[in-house]
Amino acid sequence: MTSRGLDSNLTSAAAGAGWAERVVHGDRRALARVISFLENEDLQGVDTLKLLYPRTGRAHVIGLTGPPGAGKSSLADKLISELRHGGKTVGVIAVDPTSPFSGGAILGDRVRMQGWTGDSGVYIRSMGTRGSLGGLARAAHGAIQLLDAAGFDYVLVETVGVGQSEVDIVRVADTVVVVAVPGLGDDIQASKAGIMEIGDIFAVNKADLPGSKRVITEIEMMLDLGMHPYWRPPVVPTVAATGQGVADLVKAIQDHYAVLSTADRLRQHRLEREKEAVLLRLGERLRREILQAWSADRLSELWAALAAKEIDPYSLEDKLYHRWKGA
Amino acid sequence: MERPIRVLIAKPGLDGHDRGAKVLARAMRDAGMEVIYTGLRQTPEQIVEAALDEDVDVIGLSCLSGAHNHLFPRVTELLREKNATDILVIGGGIIPDEDIPGLKEAGISAVFTPGTPTSVAIDFVKENVKK
Repeated sequence: MTSRGLDSNLTSAAAGAGWAERVVHGDRRALARVISFLENEDLQGVDTLKLLYPRTGRAHVIGLTGPPGAGKSSLADKLISELRHGGKTVGVIAVDPTSPFSGGAILGDRVRMQGWTGDSGVYIRSMGTRGSLGGLARAAHGAIQLLDAAGFDYVLVETVGVGQSEVDIVRVADTVVVVAVPGLGDDIQASKAGIMEIGDIFAVNKADLPGSKRVITEIEMMLDLGMHPYWRPPVVPTVAATGQGVADLVKAIQDHYAVLSTADRLRQHRLEREKEAVLLRLGERLRREILQAWSADRLSELWAALAAKEIDPYSLEDKLYHRWKGA
Repeated sequence: MERPIRVLIAKPGLDGHDRGAKVLARAMRDAGMEVIYTGLRQTPEQIVEAALDEDVDVIGLSCLSGAHNHLFPRVTELLREKNATDILVIGGGIIPDEDIPGLKEAGISAVFTPGTPTSVAIDFVKENVKK
């Protein structure tokens, strides 16, 4: 196996070409390693994506989001099963939270998706959020593009267990499935902004539990109050533990894609996403550059001054910006 | 950027005792590692494939059933077949002292038996992962 570092005789662009070639030819080890490059901000990752970008856009990207313990991973497992029965290949990105204290993580989504080793039509990758707050990993977007370029028919993205406002999944998925469960609150919760607004489909999982009918009704009523110009999100009861309702869920996912694919909606939807991703990366790059104008020591002095209220945060921002601008 | 060490913690074989594996997984998390936990009753083939797909640096095997002499070497054998010997393999569980030399010979870099502080395993991983 190649070493993790870059061969000193090779530029990262040349290395990227090699990786891209291997990914396109279905080399899973290469796929796995390039995702690591993306996670570790190793330039070889982006250099691989630069070459593979023209091959993206063929996969249907499905997002699965919802509160912790709603059954996202179990539902993902059953979705893989249903899609595999239809002869389709599936790449999975499963995100779990990184500790803000240690930087470590327990990535446990695979526990619910154990049956797929040995099936070359399924690739599952666990990712930690590594400081990203919107429910996804920072490298998730790139990893999705990579799985798409590698030829998977579906890319399933499972977010961390979310609360109310972690909606980054809409920035990467064609179809967002919000997984709800009974017992988490009343119809006011269903009316709030945030994740309840981003569902293209609502799966009410654990539908065999008491209270599930009420949740279904509350979500239906919430949806009835909204405007749905071309797609009114369906509410699908599921029981991930038994697979009940999963065929209906797949049908809803495919119906949504069919509607998206007409009237240029999918292309526009994806363009918006890519634009936003470019702007986001540009912002991050600028911030890095602005901070690089200062030595680490000087920066920690400035943070200390902020802590001591010797400077206010707004003046500090001005100071940082003008130093860079003037430089 | 300092990248986190990625570890796959796996339970090969048929025993259902995963307290030790979970304690170590938690300690590794607190030491800043990304720990992928795959659950119970995994075959060596499943473990190796998951490790490669997840691009991990380390595989931690836990076995309390007594089948370690069969299961652990099978994992390292598969890694050799897949040309993935850069992955560090460590083992733990109820493992008699006299079995340890044989396991090490088979490519298990270290064996941690009951009573070992988690910090010992963590330090070993930090020192021996190939960056």
